[in-house]
Amino acid sequence: MMLAISLVVSAGVMLALSRDLFRLIVGLAVLGSAANLIVFMAARPGSLVPPLIEAGAGQLAAAAADPLPQALVLTAIVIGFALLCFALVLGAWLVRHEGHDDSDRLQDSEPVASDSLKPPVMEE
Amino acid sequence: MLVLSPLLVPLLTALLTALLARQPVLRRSMSLLGAAALLGCAILLLLEVVQGGRQSVALGNWPLPYAIEFAADALSAALVLVAAILGAGVLLATLRWGETAEAGAGLHPLLHGLLAATGAVFLAADLFNLYVWFELMLISVLGLLVLGGKRRHGEAAFKYFAVSMLGTLLMLGAVGMIYGATGHLNFGALRVASTEPQLAGALPAYLGLLVLAFLLKAGAFPLFAWLPASYHTLPAPVLALVGGLLTKVAAYVLLRLLGDVFVATPGIMLEALGWLALVTMLSGVLGAAYHWDIRRILAFHIVSQIGYLLLGIALATPAGAAATVYFLFHNILVKANLFLIAGLVFAAAGHYDLRRIGGLYPARPLLALLFLLSAFSLVGVPPTTGFWGKFMLLREAFEQGRYLWGGTALAVGLLTLYSMSKIWLEAFWKPQPDDRPAGSTSAARPSAAYAAVLLLSLLILTMGVFPEPVIRHVELATAGFWSGALK
Repeated sequence: MMLAISLVVSAGVMLALSRDLFRLIVGLAVLGSAANLIVFMAARPGSLVPPLIEAGAGQLAAAAADPLPQALVLTAIVIGFALLCFALVLGAWLVRHEGHDDSDRLQDSEPVASDSLKPPVMEE
Repeated sequence: MLVLSPLLVPLLTALLTALLARQPVLRRSMSLLGAAALLGCAILLLLEVVQGGRQSVALGNWPLPYAIEFAADALSAALVLVAAILGAGVLLATLRWGETAEAGAGLHPLLHGLLAATGAVFLAADLFNLYVWFELMLISVLGLLVLGGKRRHGEAAFKYFAVSMLGTLLMLGAVGMIYGATGHLNFGALRVASTEPQLAGALPAYLGLLVLAFLLKAGAFPLFAWLPASYHTLPAPVLALVGGLLTKVAAYVLLRLLGDVFVATPGIMLEALGWLALVTMLSGVLGAAYHWDIRRILAFHIVSQIGYLLLGIALATPAGAAATVYFLFHNILVKANLFLIAGLVFAAAGHYDLRRIGGLYPARPLLALLFLLSAFSLVGVPPTTGFWGKFMLLREAFEQGRYLWGGTALAVGLLTLYSMSKIWLEAFWKPQPDDRPAGSTSAARPSAAYAAVLLLSLLILTMGVFPEPVIRHVELATAGFWSGALK
């Protein structure tokens, strides 16, 4: 499992370091799955005893699975999915308005200086 | 229930203003009403905390530490109040502001969403809850960034998204690892669990990951490039709220986590944080010296001020924490006020670039006076708030024998003076340049924004001239910090 997570992380980092807008977004999404897997592993999966308190018993059986990380992962997936959708729409919008998908050329908000000492004037 | 009001009131207001998308007048009054209600609740909450001590609510019908806890102690309640004051001021300033009127129906719900998220972060006593509200903050800011609808807004939002997303993923991973190691998410339980000797090996590594995530969110060196790349595309009142609050929220979380929750923070991490703070201070102020656009100068100054906050955390004493918190109050208000003033300069002169404007001192003497007050406060001229914040910070640094840290902080203050006098000389004293864009000076003055700036300035002035009650409250709030630190 640790090996799998490190594989997913390295794939995510490789994609996220790309200059291509969509690769970057997909890379962050893959990294998100890695983070979710880490939270999931925090529950030490393996126990098959459901986390239900038996009738009459005051507390959980000692071998019961930890229910909390699943709830956490679910929350994280929902938020991550919403952000992913937003980012994909934003990426598509940028590609349509810029005419390219190179993140190095996103320079409308930070114009490149033509003078080496003075920054350029931003027009409103 | 009062403890939950700083997040429930803005959330409800966000919902109502979203429903009133077609009635702009009703929407604006609803939004102001919500801000006023938030301010009232924050004042009541602070009074209750001052009288009755820490207030906490455990949600989810479970006993602590398994329930989701929201707690207000003297520190969080005071910060909630500062955020509420800022929220009310900024919402006042958005009235009759050209750019924000163009932004459409999404503006008010998103602003209140941001206020709800910051309030919840200040009150959260649970690591995962903290993560969720940081995500909500990210979503609100992304929404605010794209509202402008031009290419530069989309670009800024994308850059902000890419870096912030990385930060939240780091945070999520670290939260998962800490849960795996300790079995707890609640701050109180973590405080106990983090001192267990069998965790001394692994926990600092997980904690380091968590600290890295919040350093990224705070805009510390070397992870600050996203901040001046995106903030300046926001309309001025929104910029005041975002620039005034967001990075400071991350600094608060760092103080809370290192000083109050994970009390067994290894000394080497704090040492590293201190040096990082120095580089952050210097790189921010030097970046500001290069720029001529008022918004970008001020955005770089955010980075520099974050350095001061990190320095206070790295000193790792109650006095250092008290200085950090006072500096936090000062910085939230002053920075937001300066952004609002920058917006007023734009309204009066038609441009943000200092090379294109001038002659504002004879044209707008009141604005010049207000700018001077806030600029002096940012620099730290006595008797302004900045002076007291820096004084507390430097006294503690020198008492600990950190002469290099304190000396750098002083030098950065001088460089801040350079940037501020640049704005003063260029925008206010220099005569208006001849090649000004036609039709730039608008006849209508944004009166609501003037009122907001006046009120904030008055508050800053009062806090500077009568700092005693605030400092006493801050010292009380941070008295228990770093109690178990291994130095």
